[in-house]
Amino acid sequence: MLEIQDLRVYYHTMQGPVKAVGGVTFDLKAGERFGLIGESGSGKSTMALSILRLIKPPGRIEAGEILLDGVNVLTLSEEQMRQLRLAGVSLITQGAMNSLNPVMRIKHQIVDGLRSHGVQMSGQEWDDRVGELLEWVGLRPDVGDMFPHQLSGGMKQRVCIAIAISLRPKIIIADEPTSALDVVVQRQVMETLRRVQQDLGASVILIGHDMGLMAQFADRVGIMYAGRLVEEGPVKDIFSRPQHPYSQLLIASLPSLERKGTFQAIPGFPPSLLDLPAGCAFYPRCPRTLEPCVVEEPVLRLVGPDHRAACHSLLVIPSDSEESRSKSAKRQRDDCSA
Amino acid sequence: MTALLEAQHVTKVFGRGLIKKHRVLALEDFSLSIAGGQPTIIGVVGESGSGKTTMARLLLGLEAPSEGRVLYKGKDLRHLSRAERRACLQDVQIIFQDPFEVYNSFYKVDHVLTVPIAKFRLASSERERQRLIEEVLQTVGLRPEETLGRYPHQLSGGQRQRIMVARALLLRPKLIVADEPVSMIDASLRATVLDNLRQLNEEFGISLIYITHDLTTAYQISNNIIVLYSGSVAEAGDVELVVGQPQHPYTELLISSIPLPNPERRWSDEIPVTSGKQVRGYMGCKFADRCPQVFSLCLEKAPPLFQTDHHRGVACYLYQDCASMRPEEMGGLFVQRAAPWSVKAQAG
Repeated sequence: MLEIQDLRVYYHTMQGPVKAVGGVTFDLKAGERFGLIGESGSGKSTMALSILRLIKPPGRIEAGEILLDGVNVLTLSEEQMRQLRLAGVSLITQGAMNSLNPVMRIKHQIVDGLRSHGVQMSGQEWDDRVGELLEWVGLRPDVGDMFPHQLSGGMKQRVCIAIAISLRPKIIIADEPTSALDVVVQRQVMETLRRVQQDLGASVILIGHDMGLMAQFADRVGIMYAGRLVEEGPVKDIFSRPQHPYSQLLIASLPSLERKGTFQAIPGFPPSLLDLPAGCAFYPRCPRTLEPCVVEEPVLRLVGPDHRAACHSLLVIPSDSEESRSKSAKRQRDDCSA
Repeated sequence: MTALLEAQHVTKVFGRGLIKKHRVLALEDFSLSIAGGQPTIIGVVGESGSGKTTMARLLLGLEAPSEGRVLYKGKDLRHLSRAERRACLQDVQIIFQDPFEVYNSFYKVDHVLTVPIAKFRLASSERERQRLIEEVLQTVGLRPEETLGRYPHQLSGGQRQRIMVARALLLRPKLIVADEPVSMIDASLRATVLDNLRQLNEEFGISLIYITHDLTTAYQISNNIIVLYSGSVAEAGDVELVVGQPQHPYTELLISSIPLPNPERRWSDEIPVTSGKQVRGYMGCKFADRCPQVFSLCLEKAPPLFQTDHHRGVACYLYQDCASMRPEEMGGLFVQRAAPWSVKAQAG
């Protein structure tokens, strides 16, 4: 569906290149909900923008491929790209609700995107279409006649979901779609997003730092650190058997409602993307540092079925051939069942 | 003993519009008393619009109550003398939500630390000032040489928020009101800031009012908790009871909506979306239109707090068999107990 190969995105600043995304490879299957977890500055939002080719100077996609149904998005013309946005891949950003035009009625803002993608309809048909979209995301059709300030945050975010799905995209990228909302509203909005995604059969890339939300929503998650994917796998495996030390510490740092006083902070700070340590970016904070960590950047290796992690301290498994991959997967399965 | 800070039957109404008055009841008949002597952490949770920030602003005197009064050592905040006002400003500190907005981006971060020292004459010499600053920064786990002399944009949100904690600590206050201090900080650094706050309570005996929408962190850090809904207290008392076995239907909804970091325990069914708009002059329970267990009495008048347990009060008619309480008696529900935490953050 969507394949990302060794994507590198740098922001060129006076101090040198900021390596926001430093070689990320993953793929997204059709109908899948993929969660991309990372702290601020880990490159997760840059990932989202580069899939839509919305990186602005001084940022630049330096290398890599973004294949959407086999077509490299990076080679498309600007016009083809414009057609692809919204129709093929749509984006719901963190402050999406603030991106609504305050002096324009909701229905005109929904129609806007459709029109610019060449949809033509009569006045009544437009109203019906808008009403349909609003009902789909759990709003009353008369919301279309309102202005953004008459809506609550959750309702505005629903309007943004309605716009995002108006052309039935194959991929919806949701970058922290609920971080400004209350828990109950957050749950409602996420449930709506899930329902709409299932109706459409679309894939979703959910970007965020809320591990709880990821556990609730995603099928598969990837954890980013300092511009690299350090671990990726099925959500249940990541939460029950995290392999990378960063993932382990991150999961251990979560405050729980069941046990009190058991969360721990990760020592140290994330590295500057201007001046990444040689080798593994996490080694200065890592409790399991080995010799190769300091000099050699670890690559993602299979550590379980469909579960990959980039860490030298994990079993050293040759990752070059497909055969050894499946072998190691089998071995891991045996380990797990044993 | 007079309380350090006390809110008595405080109501705040915001008015808007010149011709057509649009009135918003932000906080209704709220009473809370913070004793100076026993350091405690009270969590205040609620969704946006529940009145939690208004409560903080009233306690700090940033907003004048429409009804009722806020007392600092027994004197109304509005009638303090200059010296008392000054003492109050030093005793009661705030940490705001947004670690990006509190800084003036034209000044180095040192500015937020040097200004209070100058204003409150905490240091007599340049060297002492430097020592004070370095001391508080180290207390919150920041390296002074990596922090001082930088501009706000050069630091992470977590670092900026910790400087705010350091600034509050600098004045050695008796009470800190922290309004959503970690909601804009990443998970791995959030624990550090929370730990800093605990440390203030444990080591320096500073009481804390921890305002948040995040019940999980409130549970972790607080001894007692107040759940606000639409300007009124829905449930209050011992955090273990309120979070462990919620009784108010709103608290139940709130707790069941928390995205647990456990893919094995996902949300159950989709919950209905309600408008949440009440007609003017409505006197009943504010949660009635969203409540799954609503009955006729709920729509007639607002429920008082019913004491369902020694350490818990619930404002819901489901518990009308229990003794009802007056708002100012809420403080009596709170447990006085030593800080329950044991595990500390690993040294940075």
